[in-house]
Amino acid sequence: MKEIDELDLPGNLRYAKDHEWAELRDGKVRVGISDYAQDQLGDVVFVDLPEVGASFGKGEQFGFVESAKAVGELFMPLGGEIVAVNQAVDDSPELVNQSPYTDGWMVEVQPSDPGELDALMTNEAYRQMLEDLE
Amino acid sequence: MRYLPHTGEDVASMLRALGARTLEALFENIPRECRRETALRLPEALTEWELDDHMARLAGSMAAGGGWEVFVGAGCYEHHIPALVPALVGRSEFVTSYTPYQPEVSQGTLQAIYEYQTLVTRLLGMDVANASMYDGASALAEALLMAVRITGKKKVVVSRLVHPLHRQVVRTYFSPTGGEVVELPLLEDGTTDPGPLEEMDTFAAVAVQSPNFMGCVEDLGGFAALAHEKEALCIGSFTEPLAYGLFKSPGSLGADIACGEGQSLGVPMSFGGPGLGMFACKAPHMRSLPGRLVGKTVDREGRQGFVLTLATREQHIRREKATSNICTNNSLCALAAAVYMAALGGTGFRELARLNRDKAEYLKARLEAAGCPTRFRAPTFNEFVARCPEGFEKKHRDLLGRKIVAGLRLEPYYPELSGHYLFCATETKSRESMDLLVSEMAS
Amino acid sequence: MTEFSGTSGLIHSEPLLWEKGRPGRSAFSLPRRDVDFSPPDEGLVGKGPEFPDLSELEVVRHYTRLSQWNFAVDTGMYPLGSCTMKYNPKLHEKYAALQGLSGAHPLLPGSLSQGALCLMHTLERFLAEITGMDAVSLQPAAGAQGELAGMLLIHAYHKRKGEQRTKILIPDTAHGTNPASAALCRYRPVAIRSGENGILSARAVEGLMDEETAGIMVTNPNTLGLFEEEIRQIAAVVHSRGGLVYCDGANLNAVMGMVDMGRCAVDVLHCNLHKTFSTPHGGGGPGAGPLCVQKELAPFLPVPRVVETPDGYALSEDFPLSVGRVHAFYGNFGVLVRAYAYILTMGAKGLKKASQMAVLNANYIKERLKGTFHLPYDRPCMHECVFSDKFQRVHKVTTLDMAKRLMDYGFHPPTIYFPLIVHGALMVEPTETESKEQIDLFVEACKAIAAEAHQEPELLWEAPRRCKVRRMEEAAAARHPCLSG
Repeated sequence: MKEIDELDLPGNLRYAKDHEWAELRDGKVRVGISDYAQDQLGDVVFVDLPEVGASFGKGEQFGFVESAKAVGELFMPLGGEIVAVNQAVDDSPELVNQSPYTDGWMVEVQPSDPGELDALMTNEAYRQMLEDLE
Repeated sequence: MRYLPHTGEDVASMLRALGARTLEALFENIPRECRRETALRLPEALTEWELDDHMARLAGSMAAGGGWEVFVGAGCYEHHIPALVPALVGRSEFVTSYTPYQPEVSQGTLQAIYEYQTLVTRLLGMDVANASMYDGASALAEALLMAVRITGKKKVVVSRLVHPLHRQVVRTYFSPTGGEVVELPLLEDGTTDPGPLEEMDTFAAVAVQSPNFMGCVEDLGGFAALAHEKEALCIGSFTEPLAYGLFKSPGSLGADIACGEGQSLGVPMSFGGPGLGMFACKAPHMRSLPGRLVGKTVDREGRQGFVLTLATREQHIRREKATSNICTNNSLCALAAAVYMAALGGTGFRELARLNRDKAEYLKARLEAAGCPTRFRAPTFNEFVARCPEGFEKKHRDLLGRKIVAGLRLEPYYPELSGHYLFCATETKSRESMDLLVSEMAS
Repeated sequence: MTEFSGTSGLIHSEPLLWEKGRPGRSAFSLPRRDVDFSPPDEGLVGKGPEFPDLSELEVVRHYTRLSQWNFAVDTGMYPLGSCTMKYNPKLHEKYAALQGLSGAHPLLPGSLSQGALCLMHTLERFLAEITGMDAVSLQPAAGAQGELAGMLLIHAYHKRKGEQRTKILIPDTAHGTNPASAALCRYRPVAIRSGENGILSARAVEGLMDEETAGIMVTNPNTLGLFEEEIRQIAAVVHSRGGLVYCDGANLNAVMGMVDMGRCAVDVLHCNLHKTFSTPHGGGGPGAGPLCVQKELAPFLPVPRVVETPDGYALSEDFPLSVGRVHAFYGNFGVLVRAYAYILTMGAKGLKKASQMAVLNANYIKERLKGTFHLPYDRPCMHECVFSDKFQRVHKVTTLDMAKRLMDYGFHPPTIYFPLIVHGALMVEPTETESKEQIDLFVEACKAIAAEAHQEPELLWEAPRRCKVRRMEEAAAARHPCLSG
């Protein structure tokens, strides 16, 4: 498993304490799991994502991600409606490990309150949080 | 004591290594109030030879072997088990091995169970089978709970012709869930009445056993179509899987889940346990399956191998969100079933199934002629219900003295069927023994 | 130089069953046909299963080869914590196979089943005596089913009092079946943390126990191999708020003849016959999980129950408060036979000695390995001890790597990554049937592996190398499951 300083935590993204990342793209927010999360889980074998059109509040569980030996629950970093789901991770769950921030994205959300995005951590704050966890 | 290797010297040397003065010292931190005040009150230890005598006496008092002819099935069936089954299944590498969590040292169990899973899917007409459950009753309960999980609906429907003891287990499992278990009545011909189901709209699944408790073949295809119309699942259950060597499999008739008791396939009756819970489903429901699953994969050098997989459904990972709480299953019984199915082969399986049917048909006809008419019109496999004459209860008791158990009295299970008995004749019943039964009943 | 038992040797590969055979072959002696054909309506007839047709030698060689790929108690030591992989006496196989027992139909009239009923009734009494409880049901087919029956019983008990409690306290060291069984009863598990010393405190229970909580599920001794010293005080807290105490008896092997669970104030407990009572694991089962209760809870036990009447033993369903049936018949009778024979062979002294030796063996291992592996709880243990991967992690060697390397030395790995509260847990339970020499060999193998972790970690990362297969691609198996051929 990686050391904290080996983790890739892009500066243009925001992070939630449950290890999801959020990226604002044209008014919609793309969500996935961080390099730390995929590294801890190990080889991802299955991702369970909601249907397009489903709505969840901030902090609600919207799915789960499984490796051979563990299950991680996915929690909404912000509230809103699911407007897109990444089919690619259904066929190739390994994308979550290989490219957690690009090809391994999970859902796109139409935020109900864009302000919630600002409440998330910067990459520095998230890295600090991980260091405190150890 | 031959299972305890430690000598006085061993114990002394080990205590020295621990810096402990006595064995008692190792138990010092157990509070006195938790301790036993006296030694265990158990019989004095027996030698192997004394135990041989004791067990022989216990076994000798049972109505099994030694000339006994037991014409009872009702969820547990007497079949011939070839010597090669216990010889292979009894190998200590199978018997004394642990659950195959470390695949590199368990490929024997893993390949054998993968093969078992495959044979089960072929027998039941399904896509995926698990590595076994405790018995047919708990398998049915788990199938219904699985249907509730999949559909999100809380009510389940079960035919009254499903084995009464299986239905009792279902009720036990459902009692804390708040889910309703509705029963479908029987028709005159010995099959399940679909009528009430046509009126129902929200239910998770309907479970129909075929052949059912009365030995009759059900219209499982009709129930599957009806269930699917109502967006529910159809569960085809069984207590005698040998029937599918002759009759259509539950999967081919449209069942979504097939489950039941596999004891007939090479597992001795053993006073009702251990049995074999067989469980299989169609592909879309794979991730909702309870129980262990063996999958085929490769090792890091590309060699074919097997491993327990989709473990994230199970209790050791998912804990309270698992698809079931099952951990230990009936693996060795599943192995016995696989060896039995391998020994019979596809050709043998079909022949043996035909023979079972024909034996029961012969007995049926002879009983009819002797004044015990068959109660239900629907086709049967190796058991059927006959109406016996007034006062048969006494005759039944007398026949026990002749080492014959002439069927199972149905009244305790179905009060409306007083005077009716469930007779079973498998390939173990010779024409001679059936003729003797009939002549003894007639005299 | 120490010679370990893991070595190389010629074993045979073997194809899948359906890759063998030819149509028309058979390994079965079909009984003589002495009745006419009576075919059913064509519309009902199916195709029959697509099974291969094999000759007898093909079947025998197939399964004999497969068996040779398995590690087993009969070939080597399994130091698996919480599994109690003790020796499985061959004698018991003989008894389970006796015609009168293995050939008995469960629905025989009572007068013709006295041997079986006597065995069951007596075994119930033995287990009641050994556990210190009052009444027993042999019906549950495994520990997890015993837990389910126990949860149903607790549920029924509260319902009878007109209450509908919703939560149950479960320690963070609990086996996964505990919360899974509680969930089947619609109880929400509430986690309770073990103390710094590895055991539960009554104070912590006090903080969580309320009238919404049905009770607590403890394991005693717990999964760290420690006796729950405050069990009586914990029970007092739980009882004072109307709850019940369930004990997972998986670790009973540590305390036979010494501890009385009834005096520990436990209300319900299950035993694992395939652990404590020597019945074989069979590659995953069958086992048996008898449920034992204090006398006020006896009316709730599953039915039927074996009762003594003037005419002998009988099965009775006349228990209106019973939770019902959990098994179609009476439980895994064949497994009960083996446990019964074991208790009669060991006797009171033998069982007590078994527990004492089990605890001695575990403490000896703990003492000899505590410098080699990190020991998170350095206090006397019971029949098992837990190490962590702290010392080896710095070399980038994980618990999994160490487990895999042990196989090359001829040992099955210990239980790994459980309990969850210890990082990279290695739970070692030798059992009493392993001799001092075998234990010393195990200790040496562990020390050798720890040294390799420091000096030649590739040996561990590449392990195992001597087994039939190398490490499996488990992710691939789960991503694209291939569950039948």
